[in-house]
Amino acid sequence: MARIIVVTSGKGGVGKTTTSAAISMGLAKKGFKTAVIDFDVGLRNLDLIMGCERRVVYDFINVMNGEANLNQALIRDKHCDQLYILPASQTRDKDALSIEGVGKVLEELSKDFQYIVCDSPAGIEKGAHLAMYFADDAFIVTNPEVSSVRDSDRMLGLLASKSRRAERNEEPIKEYLLLSRYSPDRVKLGEMLSVKDVQEILSLHLLGVIPESKSVLNASNSGVPVILDEKSDAGQAYADIVARYLGEEKPHRFIDEKKGLFGKLFGGK
Amino acid sequence: MSTDPQQTPHLPPALEFKSSTFSVPVLVLFDNDTAVIEQQLQEKVRLAPEFFKNSPLVFDLQELNRQEREIDIDVLTKIIRKLNLLPIGIRGGTPQQNQQAIAQGIPVHSIHSSSASAPVETVKQKKTAPEPAPKAEPVMSTLITHPIRSGQRLYAEGDLIILAQVSAGAEIMAEGNIHVYGTLRGRALAGVQGNPEARIFCSDLQAELISIAGTYKISEDLNESVSNKPVQIYLQNENLIIKDL
Repeated sequence: MARIIVVTSGKGGVGKTTTSAAISMGLAKKGFKTAVIDFDVGLRNLDLIMGCERRVVYDFINVMNGEANLNQALIRDKHCDQLYILPASQTRDKDALSIEGVGKVLEELSKDFQYIVCDSPAGIEKGAHLAMYFADDAFIVTNPEVSSVRDSDRMLGLLASKSRRAERNEEPIKEYLLLSRYSPDRVKLGEMLSVKDVQEILSLHLLGVIPESKSVLNASNSGVPVILDEKSDAGQAYADIVARYLGEEKPHRFIDEKKGLFGKLFGGK
Repeated sequence: MSTDPQQTPHLPPALEFKSSTFSVPVLVLFDNDTAVIEQQLQEKVRLAPEFFKNSPLVFDLQELNRQEREIDIDVLTKIIRKLNLLPIGIRGGTPQQNQQAIAQGIPVHSIHSSSASAPVETVKQKKTAPEPAPKAEPVMSTLITHPIRSGQRLYAEGDLIILAQVSAGAEIMAEGNIHVYGTLRGRALAGVQGNPEARIFCSDLQAELISIAGTYKISEDLNESVSNKPVQIYLQNENLIIKDL
């Protein structure tokens, strides 16, 4: 049985798709057979970030409607043969998704895969609801600013009440906090919420902090998940996150500002 | 919330519609014997004649109708008016009772609002509601161990005890006391059915709104000396008192 992970946030533009691409690649590179599904029907993006947009033939909706089988629709990643992408349909909208259809596809994928990563669309409507409904784990992607934190809090409420696990009274979805676009310098200037602030508001286990980084934009534009850019801080942050999720102990990096030579010499904050 | 009448632009507007909420006592009836109602209501009014003088009043027939006990609206309103109270609404009536009320110029209020906007509608309710023999109902309390997130609502018929935080944008309501052993950032409404003895206890007050039996304060009214620390909140002479714990 596969473990189903939803990457969600409520708010748009916080880095859900970047995170989905990075962690699915990270899990696959660790040797787990992983599928990543784009739930953003009508606003298909994941294939661009994964660099497979030119190989899309069939999509998620085709599979749901029985117009194609899974093997026809799944795209094997160029960089890692353990990773498969199930793209969203660009010509349809979220109404094309149904709970039975999504359940059927996930069940079929579960037979063959170890991890299924669901890239949720923004919002709390149908697409986001179905992306998280079957989840076992939830990665809550939050930016260090108040509206994003508030939306994440709302999403956490929905995870606790509107999921299959909640409806069946099973063990609740495991929730993990990913703080993205974090800039310690701006936190110090008081322009951004700190890790501590966000954790206080959400009271959630912090899986990792992803620093604001140019490498993320470069990675998106070139269609290579940022985790493959091993020299970049964002890439390393995602690698740490995957390791921590799999149970490894990794100290948190990127929370404190980088100290220059002066800072190193004189210490203190 | 304002609509200006259509008029030529050079005339200044003479009127405007605005939405406002008022605290109105609700008279909840448990007995359909109008003689008994009149006698008990008289006693209540005698206790605080100034308070009740020309006071608007909504009467609530939900309980009576649940017991299928008939009451004549015309007689009832006559009694109310005789005591210098001004009936301004009926709640929980049967279609026939509602029609009778409307014929008397008394608007019909929906019963659903009793939990949604209980704070404004049920203030001081206890003062006017003649309590029949005290009911020996067991006091229930609801225990919640998980955080209440933004957008979630919770209603407890007795006391409400929350061992985690209540996020901003969440709303917790209880007919009894509220205890929050985490940070209280959302809205907390205790004594929503009009119990002025209800209290709110929390270990860190950062609430958007606190209310007891309809008397409320918004976060802007909470000064810094009471925020971000453990407090209890109770009602004294219709004022919300916030005290350190």
